[in-house]
Amino acid sequence: MDSAIEVDGLVVDRGGRRVLHGLDFAVRRGSVTGLLGPNGSGKTTLMRCIVGVQKVRAGTVTVLGEPAGAPDLRRRIGYVTQAPSVYADLTVRENARYFASLYRLSRTTAEEAVRDVGLEAVADHLVTALSGGERARASLACALLSRPELLVLDEPTVGQDPVVRRDLWQRFHALAEAGTTLLVSSHVLDEAGRCDRLLLIRDGRLIADDTPDAVRSAAGTSDLETAFLRMVLAGDGQDQQSREAV
Amino acid sequence: MSVQVAFSTAGRILRQLRHDRRTIALILVVPTVLLTLLRFMFDAQPAMFDRVALVMLGVFPFTMMFLLTSVAMLRERTSGTLERLLTTPIGRLDILLGYGIAFAAAAAVQAAVVSALAYWLLGLDTVGSPWLVGLIVVGNAVLGMALGLFVSAFARSEFQAVQFMPAVVLPQVLLCGLFVPREQMVGWLQAISDVLPMSYAVEALTEVGTHPAATPRMWRDLVIIVGAAVIALMLGAATLRRRSP
Repeated sequence: MDSAIEVDGLVVDRGGRRVLHGLDFAVRRGSVTGLLGPNGSGKTTLMRCIVGVQKVRAGTVTVLGEPAGAPDLRRRIGYVTQAPSVYADLTVRENARYFASLYRLSRTTAEEAVRDVGLEAVADHLVTALSGGERARASLACALLSRPELLVLDEPTVGQDPVVRRDLWQRFHALAEAGTTLLVSSHVLDEAGRCDRLLLIRDGRLIADDTPDAVRSAAGTSDLETAFLRMVLAGDGQDQQSREAV
Repeated sequence: MSVQVAFSTAGRILRQLRHDRRTIALILVVPTVLLTLLRFMFDAQPAMFDRVALVMLGVFPFTMMFLLTSVAMLRERTSGTLERLLTTPIGRLDILLGYGIAFAAAAAVQAAVVSALAYWLLGLDTVGSPWLVGLIVVGNAVLGMALGLFVSAFARSEFQAVQFMPAVVLPQVLLCGLFVPREQMVGWLQAISDVLPMSYAVEALTEVGTHPAATPRMWRDLVIIVGAAVIALMLGAATLRRRSP
């Protein structure tokens, strides 16, 4: 079986509102998959389901061959939330060491992770004193250090300058080549072209599950941004028509 | 559960505290100044000072650890670090134990500094051993920590978390027997006082203040304090859900 993630009929309600309406898809091992969609479309909720912290109404999520949230998976998955979830009142190094200790990894591993994201110069600075982009990378370092088989990254490149963004994407692809599966959400559309595969969700429904090239040709444009706008707006148009029909 | 992970969590919490010099200063200076104030308030009544200061030694760490833990835990919840921790191999019990160890250590330091000042500079006099006072004070601090951890689950903001302090701590201080002896309270008030853990902390401290050796009643009270802390910690554990709606 070469699927890292298999989602089958996934339905999620939050606060009395249906957020995900029966999603089905699979993510191949060792690939970089982009999860794209407008704000509030359910990207973060879907990621929370995959890492096993979201209550699910119906459907199944299988991750690395086990049901999502299985205790054994906690060693095999890395999750980086949208807001950098590191301790702001600790230094970068102290954060990395603490998260390393949870996996019983050495201090050397923590140092490597800090170096890998290019923060060795500010390793002894408090996270609160860092820029937004540096904080996001500190958070990423704490997920990379356990060398997880699956990395779930919620908007990891927000607030990064173009050079850092390019470096991060090179790192993501290097990880994928070494066998790691990455699921990366983003709403920066020029990044979508860097993914092996794209999942586009809108209002909790999957509207595309294909390669970037196939998405472009389906929408009849060479530009991904235009392709997404067309697909999202086409969906809105259908809603409009169905409402008018009622 | 892993002792190693619990200790590294405690180390992380103490490191966070260490970077916050002003909080450390407040933890040590505020009770010191308040006790000094008491000393001069009761300048003419040394026996009264002995009684009130001893009770205050128990009240300070309880209050402070309650506040520190409820705000620290709320931050873990709102900053997303708690959710992140729950996706790592750490056990829920490791998190709670980590907090327990860290704040018990902080409380022990606070108790040592404040008691040293009270006994040597302010002339506090207890019939029983200062070590027993220290033991009860740390037990009380752990209780405050456990209650703070539990209560933090019901606060959405730091404003709310801070408001739980007067709601949870003040009634216990009012009814613990410091202002009115518990035996003189009307029945229903005494019944409330009976279920508030602070009443037992104060009774235990008073036992040490008036008896040369540890009394069975003091040990019983200490067991009740620790039992209440364990119950609060278990309730706190129930609020740490891996899956949330």
